[in-house]
Amino acid sequence: MKNNRSISFGEAIREGLLQASEIDPSVIHFAEGVEDPSAVFGTLKDIGKEIGQNRMIEMPVSENALTGVAIGAALTGKRPVISFHRVEFAMLALEQIANNAAKFHYVSNGKHNVPLVMRLIIGRGWGQGPEHSQSLESVFAYFPGLKVVMPARPKDAKGMIIAAVEDKNPVLFIEHRWSHYAVGDVPQNYFSTGITGPERIKTGDAITVVATSYMTLEALRVADALERVGVNIELFDLRVLRPLSLEAIVESVKKTGKLLTIDTGFRTYGIGAEIVSSVIERSFEFLKTAPIRLGLPDHPTPSSASLIKNYYVDSIMILEKISQVVDIAPSVLEQLKKSIVNERNNIPIDVPDPFFKGPF
Amino acid sequence: MLLSKGSRSVNCLANKLMTLEKKTSLALYSNMLKIRLVEEEIASRYNEQEMRCPVHLSIGQEAAATGVGFALTQKDKVFSTHRSHAHYLAKGGDLSKMIAEIYGRATGCIGGRGGSMHIMDPEVGMMASIPIVGSCIPLAIGSALSDTLDGNPVVSVAYLGDASIEEGVFHESANFAKLSNLPVLFVCENNLYSVYTHISERQPPRLITSIPEAHGIPMVHCDGNDIEAVYASTLRALDNIRSQNGPFFLLLDTYRWREHCGPNFDNDLGYRSEQEFMEWKMKDPVEQYRKKLLAKKIITKETDLELTDNIQKEITVAFDFAKNSPFPELETAINHVYA
Ligand SMILES: Cc1ncc(C[n+]2csc(CCOP(=O)(O)OP(=O)(O)O)c2C)c(N)n1
Ligand SMILES: [Mg+2]
Repeated sequence: MKNNRSISFGEAIREGLLQASEIDPSVIHFAEGVEDPSAVFGTLKDIGKEIGQNRMIEMPVSENALTGVAIGAALTGKRPVISFHRVEFAMLALEQIANNAAKFHYVSNGKHNVPLVMRLIIGRGWGQGPEHSQSLESVFAYFPGLKVVMPARPKDAKGMIIAAVEDKNPVLFIEHRWSHYAVGDVPQNYFSTGITGPERIKTGDAITVVATSYMTLEALRVADALERVGVNIELFDLRVLRPLSLEAIVESVKKTGKLLTIDTGFRTYGIGAEIVSSVIERSFEFLKTAPIRLGLPDHPTPSSASLIKNYYVDSIMILEKISQVVDIAPSVLEQLKKSIVNERNNIPIDVPDPFFKGPF
Repeated sequence: MLLSKGSRSVNCLANKLMTLEKKTSLALYSNMLKIRLVEEEIASRYNEQEMRCPVHLSIGQEAAATGVGFALTQKDKVFSTHRSHAHYLAKGGDLSKMIAEIYGRATGCIGGRGGSMHIMDPEVGMMASIPIVGSCIPLAIGSALSDTLDGNPVVSVAYLGDASIEEGVFHESANFAKLSNLPVLFVCENNLYSVYTHISERQPPRLITSIPEAHGIPMVHCDGNDIEAVYASTLRALDNIRSQNGPFFLLLDTYRWREHCGPNFDNDLGYRSEQEFMEWKMKDPVEQYRKKLLAKKIITKETDLELTDNIQKEITVAFDFAKNSPFPELETAINHVYA
């Protein structure tokens, strides 16, 4: 059988978790509804049957305590994976994350490790509104001692969840719910990508674009469209928010002289803010235009679809921003926009775009 | 003071102590029926995909909300959860504003900003609905504190599901409410499930009744599908609270008929048995009361049909209102970030 086959991001997470749990008996799982018919959007489905139900621990609706429990188990030889249906529910556990998970190794002078994975699902759509669709990655990325990753594509979903389980540190593994549906080639065997920095997924010299999570998919669509008219952008999927490794991005900006960042979260105090400032510090004299940041505007997410028309960054918005600093003939720009609109085929903005099928 | 000693039988003794006026019986019945019919209308229209937000329906749980809501005064304040439609309607909420909110319209009770999970309307004392488990509980305590400081004879209600008992914030709130002797009514609707997970997989086999007791909070445990029992128990609880005896806890046993979130039945998934569902369906709060009122000749088949018809008309008006209402203007999305 072929090693690579096409599966969804969500299936890739499940496969990675299952293989990692089979290989290492110290892996244990916590989640609300760990064995329920949905099993965290299918990502834990039947894993208990394979590895033993005693390693699939039903988590009462007690997020702070159970996160602490997972940290305690991690201190004493287990590798817990705790999965949250929405990042908001993990906010109840912020105390344990910030005060304990992030600090144990440091404060104990290296005597303690916290090999913990916290899966935080972010998302958007279907009017979920202010308290069920936030993108709070920069909150977690703030703390030294945590590793924060945001895979975008199915192959990374598997390789990075395995890397997260293998890691000796607390890893916050942030999944965009809309990425869950993306389909692409994923190796069947057990493999780790490591928790390693940005990956260049398009090579070009027009502009350096750095995207996180689901925004990588929107940016990829733009890169493909521009490629068809002979404009090549250099696109990075950031993948790892902390520890932040910017070498490749700095080198790219030295080449292109232009930088665009795209966040799934708020623009203000977002990941883009950190990238832009850190990259400029190291490439100031190479910049030809002011860097651009894209992200959410400064207000909570309203439920009504009519209020979010300009809220989320999409490929059209990305294309427009790029066209402000890269030479693209107006007629070509219009034509590209039209083709993206056609591809979108009038799907409403509050449901996932079925367009994102690999190979990535 | 009705302090349960961990027994399940303290129960519905309250309802034996009073006979309701006809008018009250009718009002209770008609409100339950209204909640049922509204929720069913939402369910049947949901697939039109015009209500573009998650909905948590209260079908099967109408008696709990109605009994509590009708015992409260207009000035009392309610803090609810993700499952708030029934709480709002029983608190004198405006049906049209609720449906418009679910349709994401400018005429919704909060202009379409929250949708079904955030129904709020302070004008009728529906202070907030918060879709984070347990999150509304301390707000009710704070509201009670505020009214106490001002000398207002107002009770604040914290609605909670059985899962809230698992959150630290519930216990922290109960502790403070009792410590400060605050006029708070905790209303726990135990429908046995948190999403797909039965309470026995989330909590040890001790009775929930022992928990308020441990916090020193008096409680009544009652059949949450028996509207008169819920109503009488709530009146009793409120009496106790208004006599400055501090917080009170109502534990109401009930059952959600449809899926946790959404319009469908989901017994086919296998997380609960068809038999369990049927047993609870036999205890249908609306149907039970309909039978009782028919037997007592408070309603007849004809007046019942007429009532149903009138409610259905009201519902049609509300849905028409919602669907004909404008969407909020895009430029207003940025409003109200700061006061
Ligand atoms: C802090 C938090 N954790 C998890 C969730 C996900 N969640 C939404 S509703 C729900 C079930 C709550 O059950 P219960 O309190 O019994 O209320 P019911 O749905 O049965 O009315 C859960 C776990 C949440 N909203 N908030
Ligand atoms: Mg429940």
